[in-house]
Amino acid sequence: MKVALFIPCYVDQFYPKAAIATLELLERFGLEVSYPKNQTCCGQPMANSGFEHLTKGCNNLFVENFSGYDYIVCPSGSCVMHIKDHLHTEESETAAQDIRNKVYELTEFLVDVLKIEKLEASFPHKVGLHQSCHGQRGLKLSQMTELMAAPFSKPGHLLSMVKGLELVELDRKDECCGFGGTFCVTEEAVSVKMGKDRVLDHERNGAEYITAGDLSCLMHMEGILKRRGSKVKIIHIAEILNHHLS
Amino acid sequence: MKVQDHAQAAAQFIKDEERTDWHDETLWFVRQKRDLAAHGIPEWEQLREWASQIKDHTLSNLSHYLESFEQKAIANGIRVHWAADGEEHNKIVHQIIADHDLKRIVKSKSMLTEECHLNEYLIQKGISVVDTDLGERIVQLRKEAPSHIVLPAIHLKKQDVSDTFHDLLDTEKGNNDPQYLTEAARQHLRDYFIASELAITGVNFAIAETGGFVVCTNEGNADMGAHTANVHIACMGIEKIIPKAEHLGVFLRLLARSATGQPVTTYSSHFHRPREGQEMHLVIVDNGRTRQLGRADFRNSLKCIRCAACFNTCPVYRRSGGHSYHTAVAGPIGSILNPNLDMKANADLPFASTLCGSCSNVCPVKIDIHEQLYKWRQVIVQAGYAPVSKKLGMEGMAAVLSSPALYHFSGKMGRTTLKYAPFLVNNGFNPWYKQRDMPAPPAESFGEWYQKNRS
Amino acid sequence: MNSRDRILQAAAENQPAQRDLPVIGFERLIRYDEPAVVFEQVLTKIGGQLVRVKNLEEVKKRFAEADQEKFCVDAIDCTEEDRLKIQAWKATDLALLHTLYIRGSFGVAENSAVWVDELAMVNRLLPFICEHLFIVLEEKEIVPTMHHAYQKTDVSRTGFGSFIAGPSKTADIEQSLVIGAHGPRSLTIYLIENDAL
Repeated sequence: MKVALFIPCYVDQFYPKAAIATLELLERFGLEVSYPKNQTCCGQPMANSGFEHLTKGCNNLFVENFSGYDYIVCPSGSCVMHIKDHLHTEESETAAQDIRNKVYELTEFLVDVLKIEKLEASFPHKVGLHQSCHGQRGLKLSQMTELMAAPFSKPGHLLSMVKGLELVELDRKDECCGFGGTFCVTEEAVSVKMGKDRVLDHERNGAEYITAGDLSCLMHMEGILKRRGSKVKIIHIAEILNHHLS
Repeated sequence: MKVQDHAQAAAQFIKDEERTDWHDETLWFVRQKRDLAAHGIPEWEQLREWASQIKDHTLSNLSHYLESFEQKAIANGIRVHWAADGEEHNKIVHQIIADHDLKRIVKSKSMLTEECHLNEYLIQKGISVVDTDLGERIVQLRKEAPSHIVLPAIHLKKQDVSDTFHDLLDTEKGNNDPQYLTEAARQHLRDYFIASELAITGVNFAIAETGGFVVCTNEGNADMGAHTANVHIACMGIEKIIPKAEHLGVFLRLLARSATGQPVTTYSSHFHRPREGQEMHLVIVDNGRTRQLGRADFRNSLKCIRCAACFNTCPVYRRSGGHSYHTAVAGPIGSILNPNLDMKANADLPFASTLCGSCSNVCPVKIDIHEQLYKWRQVIVQAGYAPVSKKLGMEGMAAVLSSPALYHFSGKMGRTTLKYAPFLVNNGFNPWYKQRDMPAPPAESFGEWYQKNRS
Repeated sequence: MNSRDRILQAAAENQPAQRDLPVIGFERLIRYDEPAVVFEQVLTKIGGQLVRVKNLEEVKKRFAEADQEKFCVDAIDCTEEDRLKIQAWKATDLALLHTLYIRGSFGVAENSAVWVDELAMVNRLLPFICEHLFIVLEEKEIVPTMHHAYQKTDVSRTGFGSFIAGPSKTADIEQSLVIGAHGPRSLTIYLIENDAL
């Protein structure tokens, strides 16, 4: 099984620990993981801002870097969703389609492909799980409250395998945190208000850590937490799943 | 007068944080009522699918259904008029008023008449219309626009209503009791109903098979007007057509539950023939709808049954209020309908969203709202309505991100700047920094770590 | 070309390729063991009242016992002479209409709506302008859902008809529910019970 690691641009630059945790986690399951070193970005920030027509360069680079693998795994739901929906190239559409079929967000890869049932991880803390929207509603990583349908949660399932971890129940289970790409600066007031409300929900319900599958959400909430002088910390789910008491 | 764009208006709205929280919680409560109602119908998701398919079918045969509807309606004794746009709609309504020299006019809720700015048009002709839906009457008395298509006064507290009623209806100062205030409105409007000469209503559904139409209210105001006045004008957009009466079984089960969490509105009134001695008119309006019909990516927006479930679930709408959208129909559905009406004026609306997707999943007719928001962004930028600074920023970003070397360099520069000269980033020019700390810059990127430790 | 033709032409040109109508499978619909019980539960929840009676005579007796000072109308099975009188009433005549008794055709369990046509109303304005509305309904005429309702009746056979569910209401002032908006302040269903076997 040849697996390629796709690390979102801002994770690479600002949250390398989450990327390292993702790599180590996959290696724990005996996988041979490559990291195509010329990868940059999936193109989502431009596409979501209406500049999809400027993402040709990114798309070509992506296809170049990620062709020829059995699976491409990424610790970010929104980036994976973007690739699945929008990776197209004029020159190599077959390769692009192949990649779209093989790209997985981390938790869905662990649950649906590796089908893991136990983890040697321990994280004895109260944790709030933030449901990043694109992963939840786009990739169907867990059930959304809008639908009248059976509940399920892939990240929740994985967190339940972590010793000592206590998942707190939130008042609003799946409301958006307000990051939204460039929205976070173009509609700064609404974005921050949404993030603040999200953070308060976690604090109110006793979370020591807020986790999620998307560091974009976490980066936004962390910015608010730090500004408030809050004791609550953010941590990417990969770091929890890879956490061992040393 | 320059209209504020959504971001500016929203920032203003949020300044009163307590009021924003109240507005947000009130609407979230309505979303929860919808959830409760939907949970009571095991076949809820199947209903949505049927509704979606019925509307898809209808749009694919719209011209046929419009023609057969007209035929049947005329046979029923209803006078049918066609209006290409809002202006023509207003002229038609005015003509009917002028022909009969009508003075006392009541109107029940019709978002279409808001869209056409009917009230303002008639005022300029010296004709005043009394809006009879309680929420609409409240905003009319306050000279405001409604902020929600189902709950027009949702942005107002009972204190606000009490103050307005005290000023204009002579109610007790400081009496905020909703029961008391509603009773005052009942008495005040009853006189208008009894004296009415013309009743203007909207249309929730127009039945092609039978040439009749359905008007849904909780208050009974549409009926109070329609059965007192000698002239009844019903206004509808072309997309209100449904093929058969039996399809109402699907739509009436979804509408109120999606809108307010009720099993059905108090009154679902089916009009087929005018009462004896009464004139019944129907104005069928296009106003950009056929143009939207021709847009493959956006035509699904015409399936809308105006329930506002998308408004109630939208985290952005709840925290910015309907007036921030500067249009008759706000919220997520407004953001995909309005750019079709005026792309330049409404270029900001599709960007007033994080694309979270909640709206699409509460929509009873399965409009892919969040996907259309994304697509409108592309159209708007291509049409040249993106701000220049954004355009330049994006072009720069694209250049950096399509070159590994430039990307690595920029990343390192960014982290270094943050580490050694944070003041360059942490200042008033950085909108992120206004209310959030920047992420701490790590010593090395993952790529650099990988280079050192794994390759 | 007038607006009508332009609109129809534009619609014909712009409409998408044919999509078929779905089949509404009744086997997918919710089933109730006791539709009348559900009907009553929903009616009560939305602010209405249900009173079980044995027959129409009981209803007529209650009407006779009603407050004679107030303007009360019994439109159930009225004479032709009364019909013409009632039909001729205008809004000004009906401003003080206090109580109205009418017949409902059938009820819908899932939302406690009752279908009333203009024949039963006699005058379309009556059920909206009265202060207190009483509708007589036979228990055996309660169907489960709106789908069943549209099977049961052809709504176009009557010039005007309405599904009436509970008393008029509004929550337009800070989402506080107030019963009694512009229509009746109360709704009572007199349910004529099925014969006990």
